Amino acid sequence: MDIKAYIILSLTLFTIGVIGVLVRRNAIIIFMCVELMLNAVNLLLVAFSKMHAMSPAAKALPTFASDAQIFVFFIMVVAAAEVSVGLAIIVMMYRNIHSVDINFLNRLKN
Amino acid sequence: MGITTIAFILLSLMAIGSAVMMISSKSPVHSVLWLIVVFFAISGHYILLNAQFLAIVNIIVYAGAIMVLFLFVVMLMNLNAETEPIKNYRLRLIGILSGGSLLLVLIAAMMKIDVAQPVLMSTGDSGLIKVLGHALFTNYVLPFEISSVLFLSAMIGAVIIGKKE
Amino acid sequence: MNMVWLIPILPLIGFLINGLGRNSLPKAVSGFIGSITVLASFVLSLLVFMQVKAGNFHQTLHYFDFIRLESFTIPFNFTIDALSSLFLLIITGVGFLIHVYSTAYMHEEDGKDYAKYFAYLNLFVFSMLLLVMGGNFVVMFIGWEGVGLCSYLLIGYWYKNEAYTDAAKKAFIMNRIGDLGFLLAVFWLISKLGTVQYDEVFNAANLAKLTATDITGITLLLFVGATGKSAQIPLYTWLPDAMAGPTPVSALIHAATMVTAGIYMIARSNALFSLAPITQSVITVIGLATALLAATIALRQYDIKKVLAYSTVSQLGFMFLALGTGNYVAAVFHVLTHAFFKALMFLGSGSVIHAMGGEQDIRNMGGLHKHMKITSITFLIGCLAISGIPGLSGFFSKDEILAGTFAHSPLLYGIALFTALLTAFYMFRLYILTFSGTFRGTHEQEHHLHESPNAMTIPLIILAILSVIGGYIGVPEALGGHHELAAFLSPVVKSTTHHLSHNTEYILMAVSTLLVIVSIFIAVFRFRRYSTEQNNVFTKWLENKWYIDELYDAIIVKPIRGFSNFLNQFVEKRIIDDAVNGVGRAVNYGSRQLRWLQSGQVGAYVLLMVIGMLLLFIIQLFL
Repeated sequence: MDIKAYIILSLTLFTIGVIGVLVRRNAIIIFMCVELMLNAVNLLLVAFSKMHAMSPAAKALPTFASDAQIFVFFIMVVAAAEVSVGLAIIVMMYRNIHSVDINFLNRLKN
Repeated sequence: MGITTIAFILLSLMAIGSAVMMISSKSPVHSVLWLIVVFFAISGHYILLNAQFLAIVNIIVYAGAIMVLFLFVVMLMNLNAETEPIKNYRLRLIGILSGGSLLLVLIAAMMKIDVAQPVLMSTGDSGLIKVLGHALFTNYVLPFEISSVLFLSAMIGAVIIGKKE
Repeated sequence: MNMVWLIPILPLIGFLINGLGRNSLPKAVSGFIGSITVLASFVLSLLVFMQVKAGNFHQTLHYFDFIRLESFTIPFNFTIDALSSLFLLIITGVGFLIHVYSTAYMHEEDGKDYAKYFAYLNLFVFSMLLLVMGGNFVVMFIGWEGVGLCSYLLIGYWYKNEAYTDAAKKAFIMNRIGDLGFLLAVFWLISKLGTVQYDEVFNAANLAKLTATDITGITLLLFVGATGKSAQIPLYTWLPDAMAGPTPVSALIHAATMVTAGIYMIARSNALFSLAPITQSVITVIGLATALLAATIALRQYDIKKVLAYSTVSQLGFMFLALGTGNYVAAVFHVLTHAFFKALMFLGSGSVIHAMGGEQDIRNMGGLHKHMKITSITFLIGCLAISGIPGLSGFFSKDEILAGTFAHSPLLYGIALFTALLTAFYMFRLYILTFSGTFRGTHEQEHHLHESPNAMTIPLIILAILSVIGGYIGVPEALGGHHELAAFLSPVVKSTTHHLSHNTEYILMAVSTLLVIVSIFIAVFRFRRYSTEQNNVFTKWLENKWYIDELYDAIIVKPIRGFSNFLNQFVEKRIIDDAVNGVGRAVNYGSRQLRWLQSGQVGAYVLLMVIGMLLLFIIQLFL
């Protein structure tokens, strides 16, 4: 498999996530699209790690190719933490305005 | 066309299709479910790349914990297809167009790569839990420890935000 | 003489003192300053005149370069010769008498306005002196404009009355129309000869450089300027309306001095005009037509000042008639005598108005002779002078004009003679209706009637004396005199009239005198027992001034107003206003759209982020 295929796949998933953020008004769905974006990136990172695993440098250093996967691991860590805090905020928002519509979040106006 | 290629194509189609369904379904519960399908597809990709640890962790953490959390919140707010707000038609169009242009631009940029770079599939040590664990506890032990602190702060933060004062 | 420059400067100083100090100077002081400066100028003018007469003074005094260009220079200089010194005397002499008269006439005004009046009057004298003393057309033009300005300021002196300010505007605007002609003539001269100096322009060698078209064009344009300033057809309608100003102003500006500026200018340029027969015919016709037209209108006017105003227009027409027939000396002579008796009559009318408490309608007067002997007698002398009764100044000047006209064309002489008869008729109509018969006004007016104070009557007496003796400087050879005026002016002003035999002159004089006396008797008998004058169609036409003002209104004022309205509606409102407003509206619209950016909507921000990212990628990767 060529790396280009993975790049295209990852980009597609990423832009679908972007479109999701732009198109939807529900805060939770938007949050989920952000997760989708993160995952697309994760996929790409893993693909790159395997790409580097093919290179000569990997023969010398066994852990050479796994740096990217460790990075993916930490991305997941951060995503989990972020989800918990983010959902707490969304629940707070729901408690105040009884809706998760982002159009009601216009305190930044003017 | 080897088996890996077919598997790759199938999984990709599944992933993209579910992603599209996720962003276009009216009911939030359905969107959550479709996202879970996407995660499964991605995990499939991971397995195809022999990143076993990540595949399992993806399912356990993402599909298992994070998505369930989302589902809890959706159920809590009793969101369904009728209460779902819909964005203005023009804005949705603009959104789709910009996203599409972004995709086109990025792919066009990517097309400039002349050299073919193959990816090691189905084999390789780098994804094995033994190798990963070794790298994690020697080179990256500090971020590992700090990530525990991160979790702690996230937990505290979530509790404080959610407090009913 | 090194003090020549003082002659105009003294009134200018008077203007400055009265103008700047008008809020603080007491009335007596401002009146005194106004009058004393003009008196001082008169004394200096007298000295200058003596020197010129003695023959040892005829030069141009250069002061500084007014305009300096690469191709030519316009210097600021005065020319002192016979013509200018004569006018100096008229202006300062009559001017001084009028200043003295004004101190009494205007004494009901409060201090600030009183000083303003004298300031304007002094400024006027200054400008008029510049006009006659100027050594080239440009300095003359400075004075020319200055007197136009002062005329405007003084006509509109009682500025709170809108009709008066309208009259002032009318005068100024008509003057300006004439000034355009004057300026074009000056430009033409500069382009052809490269100079505007009198001694250079009137130099025979230079004149030879001009083609016939040049000369005709320049002289016609100069004449247009003269019609504006000296109230000839078609630019005369401002002068009757100018009677809105105080009576001494009418006397000084609109009888004795400003209106004679046109005649001065043409007399000064006689070398040029003698070479333009076409222009001369035009001047003759217009002058005669104006004289006749104004005389007919004066027959049916009821305002004492309006009669005198139309009389002035008519007499100015006579002066232009003289200029047109080449009789420059006669024109200048008539300026002199007219200054005396017209100023006299205006001041006399001022005295009457003062006694009648502001009433100017002669239908409400009558029998004033009993109450105001001095005014009445001096006014009578003025009437006799203007009618051309032998022995008085008007006789000599008018007869000279008529003789010159006869030499030119007997037909024109006939019309001029008829106009002279009309002059006598309407003047005596005025006199009889005002001073003799029974009083027709109200009882309070009758109680108020009194002779005017000395400050007003003494100038009247002096002017009356001058009206009598003033003619003797121009006694023609036919009657045994040497026409000293002609001799005096001869270096500068050369008449080109044909010479008549003495017999013809005697006959002309006799005929005119006889007919004038007949005309006076008719007037006296007609108006002795006054009842309201019946109006038939013809006289109604005269009373309404031949409807010329209405004609001007229809063909000039209304179209211009219509055009400016059109411009206002379409150009101003639609195009310009819309353009300016449109810019404002566009900015408003744009800002309203841009405000959407700050909507506070998270979704919008994200969209903008994506679009920004997109642009960055494009620029980075492909450009």
